[in-house]
Amino acid sequence: MKIKRIGVAAIALAAAGVLVLTGCTSGTPEATDGASTSAIVTTNGNEPQNPLVPTNTNEVGGGKILDSIFAGLVYYDAEGAPHNDVAESIETEDAQNYTIKIKSGLKFTNGEDVTANSFVDAWNYGALLSNEQLSSYFFESIEGFSYDEDSELTGLAVVDDSTFTVKLKQPESDFPLRLGYSAFFPLPASAFDDMDAFGENPVGNGPYMLDGEGAWKHNERISLVVNPDYDGDRKAQNGGLDIVFYATQEAAYADLQGGNLDVLDAIPDGALSTFQDEFGDRSVTQAAAIFQSFTVPARLAHFGGEEGNLRRAAISKAIDRDEITDVIFSGTRTPAHDFTSPVIDGYSEDIPGSDVLDFDADAAKDLWAQADAISPWSGTFQIAYNADGGHQAWVDAVANQLKNNLGIDASGAPYPTFAEVRTAITDRTIETGFRTGWQADYPALFNFLGPIYATGAGSNDGDYSNPDFDALLKEGLAETDLATANEKFQQAQEILFKDLPAIPLWYSTVNGAWSQSVENVQFGWNSVPLYYEVTKSE
Amino acid sequence: MAGYIARRLLQAIPVLLGTTFLIYFMVFAMPGDPIVALFGDKTPPPQVLEQLRERYNLDKPFIVQYFIFLGNIFRGDLGTSFSGQPVSEILATTFPVTLRLALMAVVIEMFFGITIGLISGLRKGGIFDASSLVVSLILISLPVFVVAFVAQYIFGIQLGWFRTTVGPGAPTQDLILPAIVLATISFAQITRLTRASVIETDGQDFVRTAASKGLSRSRIVPVHILRNSLIPVVTYLAVDFGVLMVGATVTEGIFNVPGVGRTLYQAIIRGEGPTVVSFVTVMVLIYLVVNLLVDLLYAVLDPRIRYAK
Repeated sequence: MKIKRIGVAAIALAAAGVLVLTGCTSGTPEATDGASTSAIVTTNGNEPQNPLVPTNTNEVGGGKILDSIFAGLVYYDAEGAPHNDVAESIETEDAQNYTIKIKSGLKFTNGEDVTANSFVDAWNYGALLSNEQLSSYFFESIEGFSYDEDSELTGLAVVDDSTFTVKLKQPESDFPLRLGYSAFFPLPASAFDDMDAFGENPVGNGPYMLDGEGAWKHNERISLVVNPDYDGDRKAQNGGLDIVFYATQEAAYADLQGGNLDVLDAIPDGALSTFQDEFGDRSVTQAAAIFQSFTVPARLAHFGGEEGNLRRAAISKAIDRDEITDVIFSGTRTPAHDFTSPVIDGYSEDIPGSDVLDFDADAAKDLWAQADAISPWSGTFQIAYNADGGHQAWVDAVANQLKNNLGIDASGAPYPTFAEVRTAITDRTIETGFRTGWQADYPALFNFLGPIYATGAGSNDGDYSNPDFDALLKEGLAETDLATANEKFQQAQEILFKDLPAIPLWYSTVNGAWSQSVENVQFGWNSVPLYYEVTKSE
Repeated sequence: MAGYIARRLLQAIPVLLGTTFLIYFMVFAMPGDPIVALFGDKTPPPQVLEQLRERYNLDKPFIVQYFIFLGNIFRGDLGTSFSGQPVSEILATTFPVTLRLALMAVVIEMFFGITIGLISGLRKGGIFDASSLVVSLILISLPVFVVAFVAQYIFGIQLGWFRTTVGPGAPTQDLILPAIVLATISFAQITRLTRASVIETDGQDFVRTAASKGLSRSRIVPVHILRNSLIPVVTYLAVDFGVLMVGATVTEGIFNVPGVGRTLYQAIIRGEGPTVVSFVTVMVLIYLVVNLLVDLLYAVLDPRIRYAK
């Protein structure tokens, strides 16, 4: 009996011991801050949502990695202006047919040449329906694209190793502006053998490359080193980039304070009012290419036709945007003056009709009364939002202002998760107003207008339709001169101010800070730091 | 004994089937389409949505999805996450980290909890007893995230004794602070359990008998009092493992530990059914094993407990 008992104890202890041992050995610490790694800049990131395939990445976590390891035809500077990266020239005479020449002698980090085929094949792969790429809609305007069946992009033609031509379905003057977006990056031929494997260990042609096989440690970090063969304007000024994935912004901020992180591009809400005091000139607050609004579809009762336009204008005028951005967001949002963003070329604060965004309680009441004369108001006005995204505070504030200034019953309608509210919006089952937002994919006015408000456009969640607006967009796209095109887009916005398909609220601001050991930190138009410019002492 | 262990292990099968079914059902019943959420504020073309739903079997009825999942498990395929990583690989990288964290927490809380509880129990009503009572009361009433933030701020940022968050590869020294934080959840319970149990045992006949036989106090305390007081504490340990796993979700988020809690949280938010179910299944499995080990430990502590049928 005694022996048996000891046996059991031994089994129990051994089992526990094995657990401890296996746990301990798997976590061998890696090289600590030694000399050779001192020039590596560490920054915050998120575990990419998808494999690192350029056409399948549509979120910031994966996007900032791809932008570092790939070079597209063009890149954007801090102001969002495009400059040639791989492209030698991009030419067109009618905004519909483009001839693209690429620089010769460029290589992927596996030694393959970057040729016209690297682009054409990658775009064809990204556009093919059965490849299920999240960014496939970027190729929508190229001739041959189809959502209904597998179809080759017939508009693409390789002339020679360094030249290819693009034929669009219709003139689109901002096509060259799009070419810096990750969906348009080239791929080496080896990628097509096994795209899943490629997504785990992507091979690019950018300023950085992966620090060997398995440099992407899932849920933990990705380590990038300088690509010695990159020969463009974005040459890395540091030894590499260590992008640490954080589950919470609080943890990333604590690491910045504790000296474990060099560059942080998102400040947690709790620190918004203090981070500027703490980091002083090592912090930044600048407008981002993110437009926030809420949408009240015309199909809702009382929001169609003339009555609806009056009610939307009344609601817009009843909101004190300055007060909310100040009180709720501690000044980290900028009240909206148009439907785009201040960081985009062509932005204007003086578009006729934009005074509908100015707070005026009396005018709001008056407009609401005019609408009531058409058909008396009944019921509750609601704004739906996802409760997991920190929207409650501003939605409640807006609802309160509507309550006070219009004398109507208004409230927020929380959905537990983002997936839930987005599904209701996509399925058109939502019966209230709902929050909407748009983060630009590339720095162009059209990107804030076409995909959201054009008749039948992909992200036109409110099913807005106005032929005059559509016509102006089309005219703008047909212009080869950017300034003339932007004029058309501004005129198109005048129509939006009358119809208010979405009620503009504010632009997001990027809030970032960095440690004492780095310098030359500049945030780009898309709120991501220009990592290649950052220099690190020690 | 072997029969007992075998019977217990067989019991695990229906438990596991039941839990996977329940969890799968709950993830499935979660409102909202996870594929739609993949596109952020942008609305995907319906054709692309359809294709992706098909790929992840989300277009099929729940019960079909469940059996596909179950069938794959028997073939050793746990599926892949949206980021294309095999779930088995995610399990293999995250579980060792969390187990290490949880075990460190158990060791810390057991050591301090039992020691302090024992001293308090033996010196009932003294200064030490009173002050340990106050401390444990404070710790019981503080939510774990408060303890975590305060500890991170004081010991990580201000004093610099520990890294603010866990570094690459989750080295054991980086896990000490999170483990201490995690240990505070149950430390107070263990202290109080030990104290009450020690007081009760101390007054029993066999302790007096041992003393009257002339055994020294230094032999009576560990062999007679402590050993007989540990049964309720060990029982609590089994429950505690579950508490630790829950606490780990919060602690891992704050200290950025690449472990189970953090990953599971993200998988739930993203509605990745296979990942969530696999994780929970493994957690249930661990829970069952720990419970079995604890039950076996009873026999070691108290020879009167037998597992004959």
